[in-house]
Amino acid sequence: MPTLVAAGSTEAALAFIEIGAVALGLAVLARLAGRLGITAVPLYLLAGLTLGEGGLVQLDVTESFISLVAEIGVLLLLFALGLEYSDVELREGLRTGLGVGAVDAILNALPGVAVGLLLGWDPLAAVLLGGATWISSSGVVSKVLTDLQRIGFRETPAILNLLVIEDLAMAVYLPVVAALIVGGTVLATVASVGVALTVVIVILLAALRYGRRFSDLLIGGSDESLLLAVFGITLLVAGVAQRLEVSGAIGAFLVGLALSGAAEERATKLVAPLRDLFAAIFFLFFSFQVDPSALVGVLGAAIGLAIVTSLTKLGTGWYAARRVGAGRKGRMRAGATLIARGEFSIVIAALGAGLADGAELGALVAGYVLITAIVGPLAAKFADRLGGVRLTPAAR
Amino acid sequence: MARVEETQLPGVGVRHEFATEAGERVGVVVHRDGRREILVYDRADPDVCTTLLGLSTDDTRTLAELLGASQVTETVTAVQQLEGLSIEWIHVTDDSPAIDRTIREGEYRTRTGASVVAVIRGDTSVPAPDPEFSFLAGDVAVSVGTVEGLATLRALLAP
Repeated sequence: MPTLVAAGSTEAALAFIEIGAVALGLAVLARLAGRLGITAVPLYLLAGLTLGEGGLVQLDVTESFISLVAEIGVLLLLFALGLEYSDVELREGLRTGLGVGAVDAILNALPGVAVGLLLGWDPLAAVLLGGATWISSSGVVSKVLTDLQRIGFRETPAILNLLVIEDLAMAVYLPVVAALIVGGTVLATVASVGVALTVVIVILLAALRYGRRFSDLLIGGSDESLLLAVFGITLLVAGVAQRLEVSGAIGAFLVGLALSGAAEERATKLVAPLRDLFAAIFFLFFSFQVDPSALVGVLGAAIGLAIVTSLTKLGTGWYAARRVGAGRKGRMRAGATLIARGEFSIVIAALGAGLADGAELGALVAGYVLITAIVGPLAAKFADRLGGVRLTPAAR
Repeated sequence: MARVEETQLPGVGVRHEFATEAGERVGVVVHRDGRREILVYDRADPDVCTTLLGLSTDDTRTLAELLGASQVTETVTAVQQLEGLSIEWIHVTDDSPAIDRTIREGEYRTRTGASVVAVIRGDTSVPAPDPEFSFLAGDVAVSVGTVEGLATLRALLAP
C-alpha cells in the first residue's frame, strides 16, 4: 500500500533536495528574465539543456513524476490562454480577422514546413515545425506590449486580434495533428481527424453558447472550491479529450474559453501561480530531453528559420497594422512585436516527441524559440528605429 | 460631449478615446481587472501615446470624484450584480400620485419591498434620498428590489 512519504525516507529527501534546488534555480532565472525585460521561457530552456540529457549536470528525479507535472503544465498553459479571451472577443476576432489570419498562417507556417522537408523529415514532422514557426507567443507579445507601454498604440488592437485568431487556429490545428500522429490506416486517420474536429467544434459551440451558465454554476463558494473545481474540470475534460485522441491541451483550452464573467476573472487570478509553477517544469522537462549535441547539429537551420520567419512576421504585422490605419512606424512595431515564438511552439514540438524525427524537431524548435523569444522583444523595443530609417514626414 | 470611440483589446480590456476641445487626443484603457490607464496621444504621430497615469479601481473612483462625476452609476452597477435583485429607473409621470408627497407618506418600502436608492432630477442627482424627500414630475427614481416589488413600485410612481 502506498504511504505518504515520511521525512525519514532517504529517497524522498533526495527528491526534495533536487526539486527544491531546481525550483530555486528557476526562480533566479525568472528574476533575471524580469531584469532583462524578456520572458523566462528561453532561460528555462537553457537551464534544461544544461541539466538534462547529455548536459553538464545529470538529475535523477523520478522521470514519471516530472513528466506528469510537465503535462499538467501544458494543460494549465492552454487553460489560462483560453481564459484570456471572452466570447465577444472571439466572435469579433473571427468576424474581422480571418483574412489577416490566413496571411499569417501562409507566410509563417510555410517556411517551417519547407525547412522540415528540406531536412528530409517525414511530412508530419515538417507540418509540426510549420506550426511552431506559425504561432507567435501570446505570452511574450502581451508582456512586451505592457512593458513598453504600448497598450494604447494604434496598431495594438491589430496585434491582439491576430493573437486571438492564431490561438483559435490552434484549437483546430492541434487536434488534427494529434490525430495524425496517432496515425494508423488512411481510413482510420481520416476518421480520427473527423472525430477530433467534430469534438472541437461541438465543445467550442457549447462553450460560446452555455459558457455563461457554466460559469454561474462555478461562481458560488470560496476561492478554494473554485480553484479545485476549475483544476478538476480542466484535467477531466483534457483526459476525456485525450481518450478520444483529440489532444488534451485543446480540451483544457476550450474549458478556459467556456468560462466567462466573474468566474473567469477569479479563475485567472487563482490559476496564474499554479500555471507558472507547472509550466516552468514543462519547459524545463522539454529541454531536458533535448540533447545539446543535437541542438548544435540543427543550429544553422534554426538560425536560418528564425531570420526568414522574423521577416515573414514583420510582413504579417505590417499588413495587419495597415488594415487598422497605423502609419509606417506602427506597422513596423506590430511586425517586430509578433516575432517572438514561445510556449505554443514548444507545446507543438512536444507533441511530435514520439515521431522518428521527434528528437531533431525538439532540438530545432528549442533553438528556434531561444532565438526568437530573445530577439523578438528586442526588435519590438527598437522597432521605431528600424522603421524610422526611411520615414520622412511626407511618407506618412 | 465629444465623440468617444471604443476599441476592444482582446485579452486586455477596452480602450476609449476622444479629442479634447483643445485638440488633444485622450484615451482611457480599462483593463479586465479594473485597472485603468490614462493615455495622451502624440500630436505629431497619432499612433503612439504616453501613459500618463495607471490607476487602480480605487484610484479611479477618487479621481472621478475629484473630476466631478457622479457616483450613482457606479453604486448602481455594484448593486446590479447582486443575485435576485433588480434595478429600475422609474420615471415619475405628470399625473403620478407620488408628486408632492414625501417618501415617508408614500410608504413605498413597506408596500413594495423595493427602495428608492437615488433620484435623478434634471442634471443633479440625490443619492439616498431621506424619508422627507418628495417627488416632482420628471424625476427618475433609481430603485432596487425584487422584480415583483419593482413592478408594484412602478404602479405607484408611474401609473
